[in-house]
Order: sequence, then C-alpha cells, then structure tokens
Amino acid sequence: MTLMKSLMGAAAGLALTAGAALAEPALIFDLGGKFDKSFNEAAFNGAQRWADETGGSFREIEMQSEAQREQALRRFAEAGANPVITMGFGMADPLSSVAPDYPDTKFVVIDVTWLDAANIRQVGFAEHEGSYLVGMLAAMASKTGTVGFIGGMDVPLIRHFGCGFAQGVKAANPDATIIANMTGTTPAAWNDPVKGSELTKAQISQGADVIYAAAGGTGVGVLQTAADEGILSIGVDSNQNHLHPGKVLTSMLKRVDVAVYDAMKAGTDVETGVFVLGLAEDGVGYAVDENNEALLTDEMKAAVDAARQSIIDGDTKVVSYYENDSCPDLSF
Amino acid sequence: MEVMPKWADVVLIPLISLLLAAILSALVIIGIGEDPIAAVKLMVEGALGSTYGWGYTLYYATNFIFTGLAVSVAFHARLFNIGGEGQAMLGGLGVALVCIYLPWPHWSLALIFASLAGALFGAAWAAIPAYLQARRGSHIVITTIMFNFIAAAVLNYVLVNLMRPKGSMDPASQRFPDAVHLPSFQDMFSTAETALFRGAPVNVTFFVAVLACVAVWLLIWRTRLGYEIRAYGHSETGALYAGISPFRITMIAMLISGGLAGLMAINNVMGEAERLVLNATEGAGFIGIAVALMGRSHPFGVFLAAILFGFLYQGGAELALWTTIPRELIVVIQALVILFTGALDNMVRMPLERLFLWLRKRSG
Repeated sequence: MTLMKSLMGAAAGLALTAGAALAEPALIFDLGGKFDKSFNEAAFNGAQRWADETGGSFREIEMQSEAQREQALRRFAEAGANPVITMGFGMADPLSSVAPDYPDTKFVVIDVTWLDAANIRQVGFAEHEGSYLVGMLAAMASKTGTVGFIGGMDVPLIRHFGCGFAQGVKAANPDATIIANMTGTTPAAWNDPVKGSELTKAQISQGADVIYAAAGGTGVGVLQTAADEGILSIGVDSNQNHLHPGKVLTSMLKRVDVAVYDAMKAGTDVETGVFVLGLAEDGVGYAVDENNEALLTDEMKAAVDAARQSIIDGDTKVVSYYENDSCPDLSF
Repeated sequence: MEVMPKWADVVLIPLISLLLAAILSALVIIGIGEDPIAAVKLMVEGALGSTYGWGYTLYYATNFIFTGLAVSVAFHARLFNIGGEGQAMLGGLGVALVCIYLPWPHWSLALIFASLAGALFGAAWAAIPAYLQARRGSHIVITTIMFNFIAAAVLNYVLVNLMRPKGSMDPASQRFPDAVHLPSFQDMFSTAETALFRGAPVNVTFFVAVLACVAVWLLIWRTRLGYEIRAYGHSETGALYAGISPFRITMIAMLISGGLAGLMAINNVMGEAERLVLNATEGAGFIGIAVALMGRSHPFGVFLAAILFGFLYQGGAELALWTTIPRELIVVIQALVILFTGALDNMVRMPLERLFLWLRKRSG
C-alpha cells in the first residue's frame, strides 16, 4: 500500500495523456486475440488495408476479460473514436446497453444481427451456406466416404458451421459418414493446435480423409496434421489454402476483412442497420487459387456452382442451426 | 526465535519483491521500445487516478478477495485448494438459478439468497475433492484442478443446451430481472452534479467482501474451529493426539473454502454481467492463489494484495487501450508480480534474514 501511495503521489496532477479527442476509428478484437489466423486476424487485415490505402490510423484493443467489453466500448466512445468496430457475438449484450448512451457515435458489430438501436451497423454472415458448399466439395473429394468436422469451442455459432457442412456432405453423397468433434468447452479451444492435431489423428483413424476445421487458431494444427498424414483439409474464415499448397482442398471464406474495410472506409457516415452477407453478396464462399486448382475437378466446381446458384435463387434451402437449435444431418 | 521482526516479514519482503518485479517489467517494456515511465504513469492514472479507475480496480479486487480468502482458509489446514476457478463457476450457476427462477421483491433479499446459493454450489463442488482427500488420500491439488475442467464442461453444457434463450447465438443465460440489480457505486455515491464511478462495475458486493475478510479473521483466530484448523495445518499428528478429527477438519476447511470461492459469483455474475456467461471467472480463481500467498493467508493481507492485483488488471486494461503494448506483454507484467511475490519468496527472504541476523549480532 505504501508503494501504491507513493506511486499515486508521483502521478498526481498529471493529466491523462491519452484520451484526447480523436476522430479515428477504433477496432475491438474478441477474446481470441488479434493474430488468431482466422476471425480476428481477418478484421485486422481489413483494417490494415484501409490504413495502408488511406494513410489513416486506428485505435485497437485486444481484451483480456469480459468486464473489459463494456469498458473498451465506453472509453473509445468517450475519446471520440468513430466508428467503433467490435468483433463477435459476445459484444451484443454490452453494446445494447452502451450504444444508446453515445447517440453521436456509430458502432459496428460483426456476427450480431438482433440488436435494436439506431446507431449500430450489424453485420452477420450466412456461414451455413458457405459451409454447405465446402461440405459438398469434401464429400466429392473423399475416397473413403467419411469426412470430419473439427470445431473450436462448443458454442452455437460453431454448431451452425458444422450443420451447414453436414448438409452439404449429405447433398453430394447421402451415404457419407460425418465425424464431428469440438476442441473444448473453454475459450482456450480457439487456440489449441496440439489438441486440433490429436483430434485430426483420431478422425483419420476412423477413416476420415477430408477434414473441415472451424476452430480459429486450433485449425492450424488440424491443417498441419492433415498435410503430414497425407489427407485433405478445409480452412476457414481467411483463405488458408497457402498454408499447405496442394494439401488444403479449399477454404470456407467469411469476408470479415471486407466488412471491416468497408466500415472504416465509410467512416463516420457508415450506414447503420442489419446486413446479412451470404452467397449472393459474396460474404461467404469457397476459395480457389493456384494452391488448390489441381485438387478441384471441373465436375466438382460445376456441381458446387450449381448449388450456389440454387441457394441464391432460393431453390435449395440450407437449414440454419439457429432455426430450431438442432441440425437435420448432424447431432452434437 | 523469530529471525526477523514481524514488520520486515509482512511489509518489507512484499515491497522488495514488487520492486524487483517492477524493475524487470520496466526492462521488458524498454526491450520492445516503449517508455516504462509513461507506461507506469498510464497504469497508475488509469487505475487509481479517477473514481472510474478505482471503480474497476475495486471490482477486480472484490473478485480476488473472495478467491484469495478461499485459498487462505484451506491453506491454514495445509490444503492447497487450486480449484477456486471451478468453484466460482459453479457458484455462478447457483447465483444465476436463484436470480432467474425465483421472483424477488427487492435486491437485498435476492443478494442474501444468491450469496447462499453461490456459496452452496461452490462448497458442493469442493466437497467431492475434499472427501476424496480425507477418505481416500487422493491429492487435493490434483483433484481440485481436474474439477476446474469438469466445471467448465458442466457450465458449457448447461449454457449451450439448457439455459440459453432459444435462438440466441451467445452461450449465456437470459438477463436477470431488474429487481435483482445490485446498486453499483455509481448508484450509491453519485449526485446530480457530480457523477462518480461512472460506468464502473464495482457494486455493493465489495462490502460483502470486506465483511467476509472480517468473518474469516474471526473464524481463524477467534473460534475453536479456527484453532482446530490451524492446529491440523501445523501438525496432523499433533492434532490427532489432541482429539481433532482430520476428516472433519479437511471437509470443513474445504467446504468453507469452496463456499468463499462460490461467493465471488455475486460480484461478477450478479453485480457485473447480470447474466451467466461462459467465461465469467476468467482466471480469478488462480489469481486467488497469488493473492493468498502474497497476503500471507491473513485476511488483511489478502485485502491489500487483492487491491494490488485489481490495480494490475485495471492498469493493464488502460495500457491495452491507449498504447500499442501487446496484450501478451501485459500478462507478462502480471506474471512477474505473481512470480516474485509468490514463487520466488525465498529469494528475497533468505538474504534479508541473513541481513537481520548480521545486524543483530553487531548490536548484540
């Protein structure tokens, strides 16, 4: 206590250096951290692209605790940051109580679509549609007829990914077997490549020869082990084809980077409301580049593109896990 | 014979440890090209320079007081309860059940019963490892830490499959009704002209934590049970000879310990989030170990150490907000403090004891 008092005395009278008015955007990462090779990193890449193109700068914070969610929102809003961009469904509840207090600040939230406030831009993605397409590719590329799904933390969002994937697999091959595992039940599951690797080996021993990883940083271990063991894997969120050229079948793209980039580009004029980005808006999709061209036959691409069009036209309906908290083709 | 005067033991050693941790942290900050003086100023100003900063510091401190006391009580019986994390998680479940499924006319009633439920769930979670230790000799360190993982899995199952409002993406319970809203310091101390503790989560449970400190002090040093716990901790055979039942003391000490950890939930679940989220405890159970070590398992020491760690948490948050110091480095700084005050205690103690012996020889 003595030390703290003397420290306090030393600091007394010093104005808070930071916290002056700044009309630059702010980006609040979710608990997974900035460099998770997937969701948060995609946001960072989008923000960085904006900064490089415009020469602007942005504030950012990687949170350490739940209590910091509201704190970061309020501190950035009070410091004049605009817009304040936040990542992940965990921000929904804090945002709904903070946003009305700062009516002149625009907030952007990714992965949330159900809030009721005039100054929030809510961006959701139809992950089940994108997962459906990579599920079809997985079933067509599989020789054993068994494919795997490895999720991160067992939360509804990841079941949503797995559910779309399972429907795609069944659409391409009704007899296929799907093995689904979650990495864990704590946030550590988003960043546990070793466990991802173990699960991959376990699924391979059960016959899986294409494995879809929707697990943030854990997926790095899945892709690595799949490449080492000579089977195919599917990346998620960002294009991960380049991690193991020729070994990654494709990646389920979720264009978080584009959503963040667009919001920063629009700046304080960013349009508020609810935006769900699906296949039609190119918000989700599957990645084709020079690293996986050889793996995808024309036949596969044709089938998937037909399915894509059919979903956009509304002829094929991919059931969302959220509709009734269960999945027709997979139980968790 | 005491080698060192008491004040050196309780004041000097922690201060020197802190100083060493601060120096090392400063070196690390210089190493990544930031200004350590500015960083310290930002931390102090952000955590202690305003009622807002104090509001967060005391909020974190409230969590750490409960878990620190939990570890302390068990430690007096030489039981190393490192399951505070899991016990606090289950405590959260108890608090949430009481707040959601029972109608409450007033927050004060709700607080009393939520405290009971939190403590009950926490104690129940500690009871199984305690029984295994007392009857089967399964080491408490192993069982309590494994129960942390089981608690995480239980909570995940309950939140994802049972308590989550239908169609919600967030693995969290519904919001608690307004009637159980605990008054925050902002509600209590702000006037129309001056807003104090604006937006800070510190709430009335801070006073419950202070009461808990007093209660634990009374229990350990002023009751027969406390004497038995300490006697058992100092010498099991001695206690046995004095007619103290090891089974009974192990069970009671662990139940109190688990109950205190479970009580933490009235602060973070009922006071702050006002709903049960998956990641509610976020390591407070483990910080409690460092707090208890640093506070020498004495309630007043725990209180001070908890405020220090609250300062580190809130100061760390301000660093993350206004500098480019990465999050991992802030964890490094927090870890250095834990390392020096907890694990490397003897590194400071031994030379200091030698110094005091030498001084005594000279004067005597």
